[in-house]
Amino acid sequence: MLELSSLQKNFGGLKAVDDVSFQVAKGTIKAVIGPNGAGKTTLFNCIAGNLAPTSGSIFFQNQEIKGKKPHQIAALGISRTFQNINLFHGMTALENVMVGRHIRSTSGFLAGMFSLPKSWKEEKKIQQRSVELLDILDLSKFAHVEATSLAFGQQRGVELARALATDPSLLLLDEPAAGLNIYETAEVARLITKIRDMGITVLLVEHDMSLVMDISDEIVVLSFGSKIAEDIPSAIQQNSEVIKIYLGEDEEAMA
Amino acid sequence: MARKSLVLLSLLVLVIGVQLATSMTSTQYYLTQLTMSAYYAIVVIGLSVLMGYAGQISIGHAGFFAIGGYLSAALTTHNLIQFQESGVVKLLSSLGMIVTGQDLYGEELLVFVPWAACIVAIITAGVIAFVLGIPVLKLKGHYLAMATLGFGIIIYRIALASEYFGEADGISEVPGFTIFPALGDIGPVVVSGDFSGRVQNYYIAWCMLIIGLILLQNLINSRVGRALRSIHGSEEAAEAMGVNTARYKLYVFVLSAVYAAIAGVFLTHYNGGIGPSEASVMKSVRYVALVAVGGMANLWGVLIMGVSLTFLSLRGVFGSYDDAIFGVILIMIMLFAPEGILSIKLKGLFFRKNIRAKQEA
Amino acid sequence: MTSDLFFQFLFAGITYGIMYGIVAIGFNIIYNTTGIINFAQGEFVMLGGMLSISLLTVLPLPLAIAGAVLITMLIGALIEIVFIRWLESPSVLRLIIITIGISILIRELALHIWGESVRSLPYFYGNEITSIELGGVRISPQVLWVLGVCSIVVAALSVFFKVTPLGREMRACSANRKAAILCGINTRNMVTFSFMLSAGIGALAGCVMSPITYTQYDSGTALAIKGFTVAILGGLGNSIGAVAAGLLLGCLEAFSVSVVPLAFQDAISIAILLVILFVKPHGIFGSSEAARLKEF
Ligand SMILES: Nc1ncnc2c1ncn2[C@@H]1O[C@H](COP(=O)(O)OP(=O)(O)O)[C@@H](O)[C@H]1O
Ligand SMILES: [Mg+2]
Repeated sequence: MLELSSLQKNFGGLKAVDDVSFQVAKGTIKAVIGPNGAGKTTLFNCIAGNLAPTSGSIFFQNQEIKGKKPHQIAALGISRTFQNINLFHGMTALENVMVGRHIRSTSGFLAGMFSLPKSWKEEKKIQQRSVELLDILDLSKFAHVEATSLAFGQQRGVELARALATDPSLLLLDEPAAGLNIYETAEVARLITKIRDMGITVLLVEHDMSLVMDISDEIVVLSFGSKIAEDIPSAIQQNSEVIKIYLGEDEEAMA
Repeated sequence: MARKSLVLLSLLVLVIGVQLATSMTSTQYYLTQLTMSAYYAIVVIGLSVLMGYAGQISIGHAGFFAIGGYLSAALTTHNLIQFQESGVVKLLSSLGMIVTGQDLYGEELLVFVPWAACIVAIITAGVIAFVLGIPVLKLKGHYLAMATLGFGIIIYRIALASEYFGEADGISEVPGFTIFPALGDIGPVVVSGDFSGRVQNYYIAWCMLIIGLILLQNLINSRVGRALRSIHGSEEAAEAMGVNTARYKLYVFVLSAVYAAIAGVFLTHYNGGIGPSEASVMKSVRYVALVAVGGMANLWGVLIMGVSLTFLSLRGVFGSYDDAIFGVILIMIMLFAPEGILSIKLKGLFFRKNIRAKQEA
Repeated sequence: MTSDLFFQFLFAGITYGIMYGIVAIGFNIIYNTTGIINFAQGEFVMLGGMLSISLLTVLPLPLAIAGAVLITMLIGALIEIVFIRWLESPSVLRLIIITIGISILIRELALHIWGESVRSLPYFYGNEITSIELGGVRISPQVLWVLGVCSIVVAALSVFFKVTPLGREMRACSANRKAAILCGINTRNMVTFSFMLSAGIGALAGCVMSPITYTQYDSGTALAIKGFTVAILGGLGNSIGAVAAGLLLGCLEAFSVSVVPLAFQDAISIAILLVILFVKPHGIFGSSEAARLKEF
């Protein structure tokens, strides 16, 4: 489904992503883990088209997507959430999700200005589907509240609903559990599995190992931009290099 | 939906009421400024969609107004008699876009008909906005502000320095713009400053404004409008949701430029002329000020403030402090009420549903 | 083109160019400490000229200039304290509109005080037709004044920012505001001071240029936009770049006179601005990586 080969991204002299290759199989949950600053978000931004990779290639459903604009990549079926919640301020939760339907609808400027039947029929469908998604995430009671005024966990939910609204075949989640308590984290884990079961492939970035161990089918470990391991969770847990990195980080944290 | 129609209806009633009131109290001279205010308000509501909803600043919209006004004025007044024999002129006259007539002194005159001039002017403004917008709208914040300001100054300089556009004097003796010719008993519909057409022109201007308002209102409540607001909310996220932000910004820029140009064309025919001050930076800033007082993303607020402040200004209420007043308004609004002074009340009126939902939450 | 004419254009270009450079430095000083582009920057230059002309009726020239610079600095500080200081994380759009509003207020105030007439300071030495010979070329002594004063300003500024504690604090503030606050630097006062400094430099440039360019209540806008062009061209925040870019634009303008009518001269420099913004928004002397780190 998704294939990265020798992907590289430099910021000046800094190699934020250094020669990373891996594949994501259809219908699986793949996790990318690594300490802070390992280059996980940068990797995501390259896939989603927000950053132009320095070299390497990215294939999605056998199509090169490197060099495409984010909106084109979204149209191909890749959707994402952001590490720092990135909702549309000034818009309600429902409107936020409705923007997610943008790519699956077509009415243009003139249809909108003259309020053609096509436009409002489509509008009804968009609203229906968006309400449905908010329902799934148990957020329908906040539908008409301004999204950015919601509680943190609810905002993450709205962002997820918005991403799902694009009917993605691949979903990129950047630290979906960051800032959540353990109950909320468990809920997120359940949701991600549910999304996978809906047939959506998930590529997940997490800083925290415990969440990904339970739910991912495969794990890639990044450190200072390079891939140092790729395996099933149980094997990653045993991997001495991975343990060293995480222990090293803990030591730093203690120091 | 019902509420919206009700508000529109009350505006309509108000427009008619004002006209009747002026005719009963013999204060019809107010209609002149009300007509002009309506045209200026067309620029301002267009700019409101660009600035308030899509979040892109432009300090150069007087430029588009001037492109519309000046082109229409020049095409309908400059005599083409010396090019009589050229192929282009012949082609255009066979299409009915150029007609012969007589000027005040009985000399033969070969000029564009206002309809043709109007269309040429508006299309030109749209094309210029398109070409300018492709690079300019890649810019953000200060850069976008300066670039549009720069564009406005270039148009101003061109108007001021070209003989074709009358230099400092501008263009005068612009003919009336016959929208519909006379049909049987029904007289013609003409945009002009003729004393006899004052009431008619008041209604023409307000019809244009209300139609313009309805179209924009439809737009912002549609899929495209939501996409525009999402660009304002977070450009990065909008793009990730598949909104072609570059294209949408460009289109809305062109749309607002076309609104400005239409206002320019009509007001020029109404006034019978146009001068370089219409293209000045101060005019652009004034439009921005009116959008800001109206609450940026609030078409009704922008319309109300646009019409009323412009009316007061045209009546000369602010005297020689006219520009200063707009400067003060700009600062005060941005300091103390960046949402616009009408925002609080109007929000309560239009978004009561949201507020109730918020209270439940 | 005769070599005589060539040098005439060249000196005109350098004179105007260095002034654009000074206006650009004014932009840079405020931008560096606050991230604000002050749209009223050109008005400081106009105020400098106007105030010194008025003060000249009661004071000798050097004192009139000093007075004009001081008053403008005060106005700069006042603007920051009244309009900017107490805003809590205002959006860029808001700041743009506020500074535009301020520029209009200053301009209208100037209109009411000094009217629409075009004024100028007398030549500091001799008069319009005085000229001195320099290596076979005749130039006006005022040009030397402009070059001298502006060079001193640029040199003094770079010493100020490198050597004095205050200058260093301001640089720290521009590099990283939060860190500067943690180090106990009062960033608010730094911002006020940057407005003062910027206003003072603008006013000084307005004084020395006044005999050559004349001063009118509305001469600020064109200056501001040219200064901004130069600031961008030199890389926003980079003062040496600003001077270099200023000289470049000044010369371009001066030589363009032989090709394009004078009336379109402003249009040319603005067209240059637009082209630069489109092609290389981080400036010809700035690096793209550095520019990306800045918030636009
Ligand atoms: N836009 C950028 N410009 C320069 N350096 C960046 C940029 N974005 C990220 N980096 C650097 O790249 C490295 C990887 O960052 P990131 O991908 O955010 O890490 P992670 O998400 O794994 O915590 C970090 O050292 C970070 O400072
Ligand atoms: Mg990250």
